[in-house]
Amino acid sequence: MRNVMNMWLRDIHETSQREVAEAISLSRRRFLRAATGAGAATALFGPAPLLGLTASPKKAIVVTFGGGARDEETLMPDGQENIPNLLHELIPQATFFSQVVNRGILGHYVATASIVTGAYETFNNFAAVSPNNPTVFEYFRKDLKRPATDCWVVAPSNGFARIGESAHKSFGPGLGAGVVLPKRLLSAALAAGADGERYQHLLRDNYETPLFAPTLAGQQIELSQMADILKLSVDDFIAHARNLASPDELSVYVTKELMRRHAPSLLWVTLHDIDIAHSGTFSLYIDGIKRCDRLCAELWQAIGEDPEYANKTTMFILPDFGRDSDINPGGNGFQHHRTGDQMSRTTWMVVLGPGVRQNVVVDRPVESTDLIPTLGSLLGFDARFSTGKPIAEVT
Amino acid sequence: MRPSQLTVESFAAYPAEAKSLAVTNLALLKKLPLGFAPLLLRELIVYDYKFPAERRELDGQFAYLRLLSATDLAKALTPFQQIRLSTALEKTDWVNSPAVFTEQLTAHLWTTRQIDAFSAAAVEYVDKSRAALPEAKLPIHRLGIAVIGQGVRNNQYRLFRKLRPLGTSFTRVQQTGGLKVLTDAVAKRASDHPVPYGHWYVDGSASPPVLPEGVSSVTYAGLSPARVAIQKRMTVFYEAPVFDPEMFRTRMAQIQPEEIGLAASGSGELLSRFDLSLLTEGSGTQVFATTFVKWAAREALRRAQPLTLMARFGPRQRENSMNELLAESTRPPELDPQGSLIDADMGAWYNWLNLRRLPFAEDAAFLAWFEDQQDAIAIGPGFEPGRYSETSVELRELIERVA
Repeated sequence: MRNVMNMWLRDIHETSQREVAEAISLSRRRFLRAATGAGAATALFGPAPLLGLTASPKKAIVVTFGGGARDEETLMPDGQENIPNLLHELIPQATFFSQVVNRGILGHYVATASIVTGAYETFNNFAAVSPNNPTVFEYFRKDLKRPATDCWVVAPSNGFARIGESAHKSFGPGLGAGVVLPKRLLSAALAAGADGERYQHLLRDNYETPLFAPTLAGQQIELSQMADILKLSVDDFIAHARNLASPDELSVYVTKELMRRHAPSLLWVTLHDIDIAHSGTFSLYIDGIKRCDRLCAELWQAIGEDPEYANKTTMFILPDFGRDSDINPGGNGFQHHRTGDQMSRTTWMVVLGPGVRQNVVVDRPVESTDLIPTLGSLLGFDARFSTGKPIAEVT
Repeated sequence: MRPSQLTVESFAAYPAEAKSLAVTNLALLKKLPLGFAPLLLRELIVYDYKFPAERRELDGQFAYLRLLSATDLAKALTPFQQIRLSTALEKTDWVNSPAVFTEQLTAHLWTTRQIDAFSAAAVEYVDKSRAALPEAKLPIHRLGIAVIGQGVRNNQYRLFRKLRPLGTSFTRVQQTGGLKVLTDAVAKRASDHPVPYGHWYVDGSASPPVLPEGVSSVTYAGLSPARVAIQKRMTVFYEAPVFDPEMFRTRMAQIQPEEIGLAASGSGELLSRFDLSLLTEGSGTQVFATTFVKWAAREALRRAQPLTLMARFGPRQRENSMNELLAESTRPPELDPQGSLIDADMGAWYNWLNLRRLPFAEDAAFLAWFEDQQDAIAIGPGFEPGRYSETSVELRELIERVA
């Protein structure tokens, strides 16, 4: 029985959850200051926002630093070598939230759907269903009367096919975002005759759900639409893919193409290489974090170099959630996110862009569901079914 | 079905010793809430295949619960009684398939946001039951050994980064005799303190050494035929028209030892079932040697609570597509020694943590060594935490000090 209960046991018996969360936040702030020179902020101090450079209309790009990264391998001293771009390039330009709490289900699809809707979704993580609450894309398009080409999702696996629009009766079909599943496109392109062996490394999927949901029913674009949407021929797409090292690189490549072709105002990119951690290989997990760090910097650079985006785009970077603590005997450390302990629920967020204070750390806890109301305040829509609150330090 | 409806016949399908234990404790089982009883049965149903330490624990759990007065029992189990269960869960055949019930209960607890309350209840219950059951004294202190980095000559990664604050780091280890010095020490402890399943050797290399009978050995290479059989099954699951991850886990858990060429009876059955569990319950153990060793060491420590555990990490195959990873039998996999060293360094840290979770952890000792190199760290009484030693020292001397 002890073994059974060990599955649930924590080594933080004598410390309340709140104390643990505060300790995590304190540690992050301390190490972050040492690494970046960031100042504390109750959001009232720090370099002045670049309001004068703000252009209209505003754009926003959300990157989920996924799937699932822990403090130990990112912000803490041993982990800082894995995120040089975040630490030395992006965070000094950003407001950093040291305590972003996810109180929902810690499965990648359902957790990402919860961030996208601003409400904790409770569906089966492995079910091919739409979120129950309206998505940010539906609020954005309906309230602001934006066309379908103005918001996109780039997602890692087939399991995310329905994340673009909800099952909510007041929103739903026709109001959501287009979903691009780069691996699905590449797989279809290769089936058309290319040399598949060269590209297997780009097609690998979540270790636990490698070929999940081959039959899709979302708003994902198919190969036949690629030429229209991305302005890419199948041959060009395959040729570009040849030089890429991972599925996340493929996702960022597609993201940049979308930016170049459509300049959407709202873009959501879900990175996922880090989730190789489920295989138990620490070095591959670290490689995924390093790659994710580099790709975030590349994306920010692309924003700065594109006149459609420069000085009018706010970029949000946040893990969908953490991973289990080493200390919790109910888990298996970095490998999974099954315990629901504080380490797996508490992450961080980097916010960059015009109007956002630079080199500032916000210590108060916010929830991952606060992101969508914050985007609503920023872009001008009402996330009325969200349970989160706008984050004052950003809006 | 509710626990109060349990009868002797309910356990007709249980293995002999499990059935006997269930019948002996039937009156108690009938008093348990549905949010608790299946968790106990999940352990009980495999009683016949448990290591001695696990049996002692389960026996102790029953003893603890039986000793509680009716009022105290009700009080101890109130949080589990308050868990809201679904009708579907209640209809599950939780007596004969408690593991399936547990999987479904976990999903239910997450979906209904009761997971934190359940975890808190479990922590409180375990703390109280542990306090009520004093552990028997050990014949000798526990010892953990981790050997990492086989095949790596030049390394830039900062090794033992998590362990260094806990022990003394040695940078000039003379490793005359190398691996054999360590395996001889394990064999000697097994010979001096013969305890069933009390001494373990786990190996992830291609050519593991053979240890004497008193040491329980689990090797990645030795399980190659079983892994190939498992990999073929996994491929079938993955290539099904619709892949259901939850069904996948259930199907993997249903595999029997004889289906993948492991002993299904006799003296080797207990270890066979342990080996099977590593391959069917572990994630990544089927394809990555480093993950296999990490998980095998964790499970051996958790379940058998050994006096000695030596884990040697070998190189794993490179990252690849799942189809390639599962095709080990069709081509020799390309190895990634440097990445494996980093995996193993983290694995050594987990071995130490898992050793520290066992009773009498404060007396435990630990030695980690970069195979065929001069770096090692020793933790335990007599080794100053956070200290570095550049003095030349024999590996033999280090193992004698920790053993």
